[in-house]
Amino acid sequence: MISGKFFVAGADRRIAITILILVAVAILVPVLNIAFPPDSALHVPSYMVALIGKYLCYALLALSLDLVWGYCGILSLGHGAFFALGGYAMGMYLMRQIGDRGVYGNPILPDFMVFLNWKELPWFWYGFDQFWFAALMVMLVPGLLAFCFGWLAFRSRVTGVYLSIITQAMTYALLLAFFRNDMGFGGNNGLTDFKDILGFNVQANTTRSALFAASALALALGVFVTWRIIGSKYGKLLMAVRDAESRTRFLGWRAENVKLFAFTVSAVMAGIAGALYVPQVGIINPGEFDPANSIEVVVWTAVGGRATIVGPIIGALLVNAGKSWFTGVLPEFWLFALGGLFVFVTLFLPKGVVGMYDQWKAGRGHRLKAAATGDAPPLAPVSPAVESARAEKGWQVPSGGPEPAAAE
Amino acid sequence: MSKSGTILYLDGVSRSFDGFKAINNLSLVLDKGEMRAIIGPNGAGKTTMMDIITGKTKPDTGEVFYDGQIDLTRHDEAEIAMMGIGRKFQKPTVFESHTVEDNIVLSLKGPRSIFPALFHKRSAGEQRRIEEIFSTIRLGDKRHDLAANLSHGQKQWLEIGMLLAQDPKLLLVDEPVAGMTDAETEETARLLKEISKTHSVIVVEHDMHFVRELGVKVTCLHEGSVLSEGTLDFVSADERVVEVYLGR
Ligand SMILES: Nc1ncnc2c1ncn2[C@@H]1O[C@H](COP(=O)(O)OP(=O)(O)O)[C@@H](O)[C@H]1O
Ligand SMILES: [Mg+2]
Repeated sequence: MISGKFFVAGADRRIAITILILVAVAILVPVLNIAFPPDSALHVPSYMVALIGKYLCYALLALSLDLVWGYCGILSLGHGAFFALGGYAMGMYLMRQIGDRGVYGNPILPDFMVFLNWKELPWFWYGFDQFWFAALMVMLVPGLLAFCFGWLAFRSRVTGVYLSIITQAMTYALLLAFFRNDMGFGGNNGLTDFKDILGFNVQANTTRSALFAASALALALGVFVTWRIIGSKYGKLLMAVRDAESRTRFLGWRAENVKLFAFTVSAVMAGIAGALYVPQVGIINPGEFDPANSIEVVVWTAVGGRATIVGPIIGALLVNAGKSWFTGVLPEFWLFALGGLFVFVTLFLPKGVVGMYDQWKAGRGHRLKAAATGDAPPLAPVSPAVESARAEKGWQVPSGGPEPAAAE
Repeated sequence: MSKSGTILYLDGVSRSFDGFKAINNLSLVLDKGEMRAIIGPNGAGKTTMMDIITGKTKPDTGEVFYDGQIDLTRHDEAEIAMMGIGRKFQKPTVFESHTVEDNIVLSLKGPRSIFPALFHKRSAGEQRRIEEIFSTIRLGDKRHDLAANLSHGQKQWLEIGMLLAQDPKLLLVDEPVAGMTDAETEETARLLKEISKTHSVIVVEHDMHFVRELGVKVTCLHEGSVLSEGTLDFVSADERVVEVYLGR
């Protein structure tokens, strides 16, 4: 079918454009920040660099959720935990870079350990003075947690709401654990007062710009990797498990392994997002494990549009921009606005902003074609059969997959 | 009874759900290369029997052997599928958001682990196999359509095509002509007869015209066990079968 091919071309073009934009932003924003004086019209102020850099990390987190939720129907309500673990791994590296410049001047022990009267560095802090080791842990720790958690959950065939609840319980348990001082991660206060990253002052404009560029490039890479995964036979299998898990089993596929791979890759992506986030905001504390954070990620993804790759990025940027604005103007109403937005999207935009755009495009394509040929314009761009098949599955199972006839 | 030479061997199988015996001391033997039709009223346990054979449900008691020596109760769905048992569900189950062709691609015999799937490139052999299946199930002109857009009957065929792609030795086909037009029903009978030349097949069906069309040995299930077995004429003349079907 020609329109099917058109869609594929359209979707691929959209991914290519997204990657190009991200690479361009990674170069341009730092240049506009550093090379242009503050009074120039082209100057991007440093606070904007920091703010957007933070949003890009959120976008990578939302993209990681899309891989499991959008494409495999696993509604994780604990993805913030992987983000926070990546963040802590980076935070530990940054703490050890402080060296003897801390308040207590101890060359080995971070201030909070001196304060707690600890005499020795706990074993799990070893190696974090090396960047390569920390970078490895940024991926390994969330990846390993996701692997173990997923291995148990998917093997026992925990699905749907139950799975969502235990992911939420996982992040809550980590929240409580990291709050404890004797865990050795700075307790309530977390890790902060960072000085250097790779020998550069984290506060410096150039370092901030470099971190911004790294975030944009990491997101571009995330988009590329996700797109390649989704386009592979494995990606089709992932969606097949989402739509008809038992069918895949009776064809000989191990649905639990299919899910486990996506879940682990997704957690690694979330960990990288967290690691880029921490030096830009200058702190990581147990609050990042708050279950509400993970739920916010779900809202971003839903707003942008599940199973679209680009949607969650747009959702994360839009909702967080809205949050920044709202918390400036009407801080006490933000949570209500967020809740309302979620309800609105669930009811009226089940495919999010990107899905709505696709539908509008497809509808316009039909109308144009109809106008050209004089046919009556069909109202539904997606065939009723698809719609009803999707409607039956309800809101938990995303209605992803290629849309027919997106006349791009 | 000897298991040798059988593709499927069920002996004294029982399974209850909350005290209700869905399968009750069921014994059934299928020879290699045989096609068998299973009839029986709703709730007779036909689908549950398939669940037991394919590893979805474990029996409480009884023996379930495949190919004379493999104890199926020790294996799960994916393993059983890989051993060569393919199953079509009562409600046609295809991957709706994929194209017809991708449905076949995901079913094709081959490695079932993650990394080969990530880096999979379609081989010429696979392409040939896909074409073969399309010529058997006659959906070649729909290959780029979404499976969701197929008619009910076409979905049934696609699912049968997916079974064939698996290249199983034994096919379990649950109510393949439910909701089909007469022409489609006839076509399906032709398709199954074709398949039965090279495979062992169990077909569950209510439609007596269709069963007659198949022209194979019939087993009638009732309340979880075999009520009658033989030619369709023999079974439909059996008083107990008449009683079950016509009510008492
Ligand atoms: N998983 C299950 N849990 C409870 N009851 C079941 C289950 N599977 C089947 N049954 C019951 O077993 C009986 C046989 O069902 P089934 O095998 O679907 O019959 P048939 O396919 O012959 O119409 C029915 O009464 C059904 O309710
Ligand atoms: Mg049934």
